Amino acid sequence: MPRLEEHCWRRSCTSRVESKNYSRENWVASKAEEMMSIITSVLSNVYGSLYSVQTANLIRRGLVLFTVGVFLALVLNLLQVQRNVTLFPEEVMATLFSSAWWIPPCCGTAAAVVGLLYPCIDSHLGEPHKFKREWASVMRCIAVFVGINHASAKLDFANNVQLSLTLAALSLGLWWTFDRSRSGFGLGIGTAFLATVITQLLVYNGVYQYTYPDFLYVRSWLPCIFFSGGVTVGNIGRQLAMGGVEKLHND
Amino acid sequence: MTVRERLREKISAAFYRHGLLCASYPVPIILFTSASILTCCYPLLRLPLPGTGPVEFTTRVRDYTVPSHEPQGDLGERPDWYRGPPVAYIQQVLVKAAVSPWDSTLVPVDVFRSPLGRVFSLLEEIRNHVHNDGSGVRSLEALCLQVTDLLPGLRRMQKVLPEHGCLLVSPGNYWQNQRELFDSDPDLLKTVHQHEPKGLHTSATLRDLLFGVPVKHTGVSLYSRKRVVTYIITMVLGSYDARFLSSLRARLRQLHPSVNCSLREDHMVHVHFKEEIGMAELIPLVTTYIILFAYIYFSTRKIDMVKSKWGLALAAVVTVLSSLLMSVGLCTLFGLTPTLNGGEIFPYLVVVIGLENVLVLTKSVVSTPVDLEVKLRIAQGLSNESWSIMKNMATELCIILIGYFTLVPAIQEFCLFAVVGLVSDFFLQMFFFTTVLSIDIRRMELADLNRRLPAEAGMPPPKPGPLRPREAPPPPRPSPYTITLQTPAFRNLRLPKRLRVVYFLARTRLAQRFIMVGTVIWIGILAYTDPAGLRTYLAAQVSEQSPLGEGGAGGLPPHLGVAPVFPGPGGDPASTLSVLPAPDEPTPLPENQSQGHHGAPREGVPHQAPPLVPQISWGAEDEEGWRRLSFRHWPSLFSYYNITLAKRYISILPIIPVTLHLSPREAIETRHPQDTRHPPPPSHKTNDLPADLTLYKVAALGLAAGVLLVLLLFCLYRVLCPRNYGQNGVAHGRRRRGDLPCDDYGYSPPISEISPLLLRGHSMDIECLASDGMLLASCCLAGQIRVWDAQTGDCLTVIPKHGLRRSSSSGCWEQRDGWDAVGVAEPENLGGETEPGGGVFDEDEGYPLRRRTTPRPALFEDQPDLTPLIDTNFDSQPPSHLLLTPPRDGFDFGGLVEKAYLEHEPPSPGLTASYPSPSPPSGPPPQRRRSLGYIQPPAPQGQGTPDWESAVWAMELRGNLIAAGRSSGKLELWDAVEGSLRCSNEDGVSGITALAFLNNRIVAARLDGSLDFFTVDINKPLGLLQYRGPPGHSKMPPSPCYSSEDVISCQLTRSVQCAHQKPITVLRAAAGRVVTGSQDHTVRVYRLEDSCCLFTLQGHSGGITAIYIDQTMVLASGGQDGAICLWDVLTGSRVSHVYGHRGDVTSLVCTTSCVISSGLDDLICIWDRSTGIKLYSIQQEVGCGASLGVISESLLVTGGQGCVSFWDLNFGDLLQTVYLGQSSDGQGVRQLVVLNNAAIVCDFGSELSLVYVPSVLEKLD
Repeated sequence: MPRLEEHCWRRSCTSRVESKNYSRENWVASKAEEMMSIITSVLSNVYGSLYSVQTANLIRRGLVLFTVGVFLALVLNLLQVQRNVTLFPEEVMATLFSSAWWIPPCCGTAAAVVGLLYPCIDSHLGEPHKFKREWASVMRCIAVFVGINHASAKLDFANNVQLSLTLAALSLGLWWTFDRSRSGFGLGIGTAFLATVITQLLVYNGVYQYTYPDFLYVRSWLPCIFFSGGVTVGNIGRQLAMGGVEKLHND
Repeated sequence: MTVRERLREKISAAFYRHGLLCASYPVPIILFTSASILTCCYPLLRLPLPGTGPVEFTTRVRDYTVPSHEPQGDLGERPDWYRGPPVAYIQQVLVKAAVSPWDSTLVPVDVFRSPLGRVFSLLEEIRNHVHNDGSGVRSLEALCLQVTDLLPGLRRMQKVLPEHGCLLVSPGNYWQNQRELFDSDPDLLKTVHQHEPKGLHTSATLRDLLFGVPVKHTGVSLYSRKRVVTYIITMVLGSYDARFLSSLRARLRQLHPSVNCSLREDHMVHVHFKEEIGMAELIPLVTTYIILFAYIYFSTRKIDMVKSKWGLALAAVVTVLSSLLMSVGLCTLFGLTPTLNGGEIFPYLVVVIGLENVLVLTKSVVSTPVDLEVKLRIAQGLSNESWSIMKNMATELCIILIGYFTLVPAIQEFCLFAVVGLVSDFFLQMFFFTTVLSIDIRRMELADLNRRLPAEAGMPPPKPGPLRPREAPPPPRPSPYTITLQTPAFRNLRLPKRLRVVYFLARTRLAQRFIMVGTVIWIGILAYTDPAGLRTYLAAQVSEQSPLGEGGAGGLPPHLGVAPVFPGPGGDPASTLSVLPAPDEPTPLPENQSQGHHGAPREGVPHQAPPLVPQISWGAEDEEGWRRLSFRHWPSLFSYYNITLAKRYISILPIIPVTLHLSPREAIETRHPQDTRHPPPPSHKTNDLPADLTLYKVAALGLAAGVLLVLLLFCLYRVLCPRNYGQNGVAHGRRRRGDLPCDDYGYSPPISEISPLLLRGHSMDIECLASDGMLLASCCLAGQIRVWDAQTGDCLTVIPKHGLRRSSSSGCWEQRDGWDAVGVAEPENLGGETEPGGGVFDEDEGYPLRRRTTPRPALFEDQPDLTPLIDTNFDSQPPSHLLLTPPRDGFDFGGLVEKAYLEHEPPSPGLTASYPSPSPPSGPPPQRRRSLGYIQPPAPQGQGTPDWESAVWAMELRGNLIAAGRSSGKLELWDAVEGSLRCSNEDGVSGITALAFLNNRIVAARLDGSLDFFTVDINKPLGLLQYRGPPGHSKMPPSPCYSSEDVISCQLTRSVQCAHQKPITVLRAAAGRVVTGSQDHTVRVYRLEDSCCLFTLQGHSGGITAIYIDQTMVLASGGQDGAICLWDVLTGSRVSHVYGHRGDVTSLVCTTSCVISSGLDDLICIWDRSTGIKLYSIQQEVGCGASLGVISESLLVTGGQGCVSFWDLNFGDLLQTVYLGQSSDGQGVRQLVVLNNAAIVCDFGSELSLVYVPSVLEKLD
C-alpha cells in the first residue's frame, strides 16, 4: 500500500513537470477541430482590420498557443496519473485541479514563448522552414508526441536507462521526421536544457520531490520529453505564423 | 549514383506499367483487392471483441487446483489470463427466507424483519465453523481474505464494511453484525436506505454489496408480493481449501435444507477483469482521437480537382483502416496474439502509416495534363511520384526497425504491427486506391465532356449567365428583363445580423454535426466501457421470471383491524433455536415436492393455510446470482480496500443454498414496537412501484428535458425568425407562382425584379464613361458626349449639339442650333469674330455625309465663315471611316432641348469636327496633328474652341464639368448641364490617354509617357458656390457647381516630361496622390499638390494594366504578368505580391477586407487584403467582360455576356443575374461604373444600362 501511494505521488510529480511540454500539443488538437477554424474565421471577420497589425497577430498566436498549452497540461497530466486513478476518478480530479493549479498556466506560457520563438528565429536566421509545412503534418507531429508521452507513461521498461534511450531515439526520430532544421534542433536542445534546469531548481528548492531518483538525481528521460515537446510546439508555432487565418470555404 | 539512377528509372517504369494496369482493369482489381482484404481479416473473427467487460472461464470444482504461473503446454481452451492464483475466492451463501405460513395478523414489516434477523445466527455459524481432519484445524479466520483499512475517502462506509479482519459481507453489516442493534432498530428500511447514495447511481451500491442480489429481488420491502426475502452472505477467501468448504456446505445444508434445490455445485467460475477506463483515462484517449480526426481532416482537405472529393477521402480512410485490419489479421494468422490495448494504439498506428502517400498520388495524378487519356494520366502520375513514395516507405521502415530494437515488448509489438500495416497499406494504395482514383478521374472527364459539348459545337449556351464552377444550374429567365431571385441566398443582402448567424449555422450544419458527433462518441463510450453491464442487464431482463405462487396471495386483503399490537421486544434468541432441526438429520427429500407442503412439518412450523404459504423456489437464475448485479460489483467491493481487480481474476465458488422458514409466531416475537405503525400496502397494483421507481424517475426526467428542449427551440425560433416569415412575397402583385423557385420547404422568396434602364442615343460604341454619382457622361466612338441624369436616365445634354451635322462640303459636324445654354452674350462675341458664309451647314438630315457641295442656307447668314477651319484632308483618315454612317434617327431630342432650340439665337460659329477616329484608345492611334491652323477666337471667358477633329480618349466628370482628353493632346472642359465648352488647353501635343480630375486639379497622362498637371481656377466669389441637388437626397459629398457666369481657366502647372518610358496605361488619383501605371512595368506615385514624384514602385514583370487606390491609401496594381501587388502608399513598400491570373489582370477593386481582381483568364479572384491569401475564385464564362464593381462591402457586381451578375462577397454566392437586353447575347459588358446610389451603369455596346439595386438602397438608408 505505501508503495502504491509512493508510485502515485511520483507519477503526479513527474507529470507536473512534463506537462509543460505536453501543453503544446493540445494546441493542435483544439486547432484541429473545425470549430476552432470557424471561430477564428469569425474572429477574423470581426477584427479583420486588426489583423494587418503585426502585434495583434502576435498576440493572437500567443493566446492560441497558451490555450493549447493549458489544455495539454491538464490532459497529459491525466495521462500520467491515470494508472492509479481509475477506481476513484473523483479524487484524482480533485488532486489534479487543487494541488497543481499553477502548473497549467506555466505550461501555457512556456508553450506560447517557444511557439513564438521558433518562427522568430527562423526569420532572423533567414532560412524559412519549408519542410512539410501543412496542418496535416503538424497534426501528425502532435500525435507522435502524444504517443511518446503515452509510451513513457504506460509501458513498463526494464530500467530507466532503457527508457531514456528509447525516448531519446523516438525524440530524434520526431525531429527528423517533422522538422529537419538546424534551428529547430538547436532550439529544442535549448528548451530541453532550460526546462530540465528549472525542474532541478524546483526540486532542490523542495517544491517537488522525486521518490525514485535516477542517476544524478535527475529524471533522466525528462530532457527527451522536453526536446520533443519543444519541436512539436515549434512546429505549431511555425504553422501558425505562416498560415495565419485560413478561411474555409466548403460550401 | 548510376545505381541510384537506374533504380529510379526501373521503379518509375514499374509504376508506370502498374498504373496502366490499374486504370485498364478497374473492376477486376477492386474485386481482387476486396477479396484479399477479406481473406486477411478472416482470422480476426477468432479474436475476442475488445471491451472492458469481465471475461469468464469455468472449471470443474472436483479436480480444481490453483493454476500455476507458467503456461503449461497445451491447455485447450484455457485463456491466457488464467494463470496463478486468483485475487480471491468468493464463497456465497444464498439465503431465502420466508415467514410461512403467512398469517393475516402479520404486518408488512414481518415479511423481512425476522428473516433478516436470522442472518446473525447464520453468520455465527459460519464464523464458528471449524473443520478438523488429520492435517489440522481450519476455520474461516485462517482462510479468509484479511483486509485492512478502508480507503480514506470512504468514511461513511466505515461503520458498515468490515475492517481489519475477514472480508465477510452480509446484510448484517448494517447493524455491525450485532443482533441487539438489529432488534432495537425501529425502522430497518430507513437504516438500509440511509447508506444509499443520493441521485442516480449506476454502479454497485452498498445495498447491492451487502445483500448480494439486486434490490428488486431481495424482497426487503413493505410491498413485496412474494414475501420471500433473499440475501447472500459473501465470504471472500484468500486461499482455497476444498475440505473446509465442503464441510461448511454440508453443515449449512444440514441445518437448513433446501429441499427442491437442484443447483449445480460442480462448477466454479473464474472472472477476469480488464483494465477499466475511467474519466481520467478517457480524456487522453479522446484527445488522441481528436488529433487523429484533425489529421485526417486536414489531410483529406487537400484533395482537390477530382470529381468526388468525399469519395476519394473515404477511399483513403478505407485504405488505411483496412490495411490496419489486414495487419492485425496477418499477425494473428501467424500466431501472434495482440496484447496491446487496441483502442489506445490505434490512433498512433494510423498516424504512423499516414495518408501522405495517398494524397501525393492524388496530387500527382491530378496535375498531369488533362487532355491525356485516363490510363496515361494515372500511369504518369504514378511514375512521377514513384521514387519519393519508395523512398518514404524505406525511411519509415527503417525508423520502425530501429524501434524494434528497443527491446521493449510493447514497442516491439507495436512496430511489428506497424511494419505489416505499412506493407499492406502500400499494397492497398497501389491496387485499391489507384484504381478508385482512375475511376474517379474518368468520371470527371465524362462530366467535363458533357458540359463542354454544346460550347464546342459552336452553339452558345442558351442562358449565358456566368456559371459558377460548382455547376449551379443557370438561373431561370422568365422574361428578358426580369430576374428571378435565387433561393434564400439573396436574402442575405438585407437580413439582419442575427439571421445571418442562423443562416451561417444552418449552412454549415453545425448543430447537426455536433449532435451526430456527440451521439457517435457517446455510443462509442457506452459500447466500449460497459458492454458487460449491458449484457448483464439484458440477461437479467430476459431471465427474469414472473413471480411464482401468486394465485392465493393476490386477492388477500390486508387485515387492518386485526393487526394486534404486541408490546414485547422480541429479544429472545432462544425462540430461533427451537426452529433449528436436529443437527444430524439427513435431508433426503424428493425434489419435486414443494417446500410448503412437506418441508414445513419437518421443521416443526405450524402448517395452517396452504395457499398462503409463500413458496421458496430455486431456479437456475439463483445459481449465479452475482450475474444479475452490475459487472462492477466485485471491482468496487475490492476497490474499497484498495485492491484492484484490473487484469486479474477472481474465482467464484458454487453457491450454498440455505432455505429458512419461519413461523408467524417467531415473526411476531421479533417485531419492534414501531413496526405496526407502517401503513399497510395500499393496493396490489402499486406493488412493484418502489422497485421501478428509478426507471420512472429517469423517464420523467427525460420527458421533462425533452419538453424543455422543444420549448427552448420554439422560443429560439420565435426570437430569431421574423414574424412574417414566408409572407414577404405575397404582397408582390407581379408574383407568379409558377415561376418562383421554391426551396425544399416550399418557401418561395419574394421576387424583386430588377429592370435595367436602357439609355439609348449613342450611335456608336461607347468609349468613355464617367460619373460623379448624379450625372453620367458617356462618350462614343463618334465623339459625341452625352450627359445623363443618373437618377432618372434622362438625357440632359448632348455635346456636340444635335444641330451639328456633317457638312457635305467638309465632312465635319456643324452646329445648327448653337450653344443654347451658354448664355446670351456668347453668340455676339463669337458671331462678331467670324466671317459669315465660311461655314457649310447641312440641313439635310438624311444625308449627313454629303460632300462639300451643299451651299450654306440663308438662314445662317450671320454665322461665321468656318471654311478655313474645315478639314478637308481626308487622306489622312482611314478610308473605312468614311463608310461608317451614323444612323439618321439616332438622336432623340428631349423637350428641353427642343425648346431651347426655339428660344435661342442661332449660335456660335465654327465648330468643326473631323470625323472622329473610332480607334480604341488602348491601341496606338494614328497621330493626327491639327491640319489647319485654327485661330482661336479671343475668348473673354477663357472659353476655348472645341476640337472635333480628334477622338476623345479620356473623360472625367466632376461637379458639372466634363474634362475630356483628346487624341490630339487637347484638354477640354465642358459644362455638363449646358453643354458649352468652358475651357480648353492645348499645351500638349501627344494624345491624352488617361485623365484624373480631383478637386480642382486635372492630371492628364499622355501617350508619350509624360504627365501634365492642370489647375482649374474658378474666378467667382465663394458665396456664389451652389450645391447641386437637394440636400439629403443622397449622401454623397455635394459637388460644387460651376455656374455659367464663372470664368474657368485651366492652366498647365507642371508637366513631367518623362514620367514613364512607355505609354501610360493607367492613371488613378485619390487621397491626394496620383498613381500612374505604364507599360514599362513600373508604377509611380505623385503628390497631387506639387506634382512631385514620391515613389517608383517596381515589382511587376509586365506592363501595368490595372491600378486601384482609394481614400484609405491602399494601392493595388495588376500587370500583364498576372501578378497583383499591394503597396503601402506611405512608405512605398510592397505589402504583398501574389500571382493569380494567367494573363493580364484586367481590373482590380478593393474593399476594406479583400481585393477583387479579374483577369483575361475569365477568373475573378478574391484575396484577403491583409494576408494576401486567396480566399476563393469564381470562374466565369469564356469571353466575359472583365469589368468589376463593388456596391457595398459584401456585394460584388461583374459584367458578363449581356448581363451583370451580383455576388455575395463573403461567400462567393451568385445572388442574381440581370440580363440587359434581349439581343444582348453576343455583347459583353465592357465597362461598369458603380454610382453612389447603388445604380450600376454598364457600357453595353452603344447603349448604357442603368441598373438599380433596390435592396442595397434600403440597406444604405
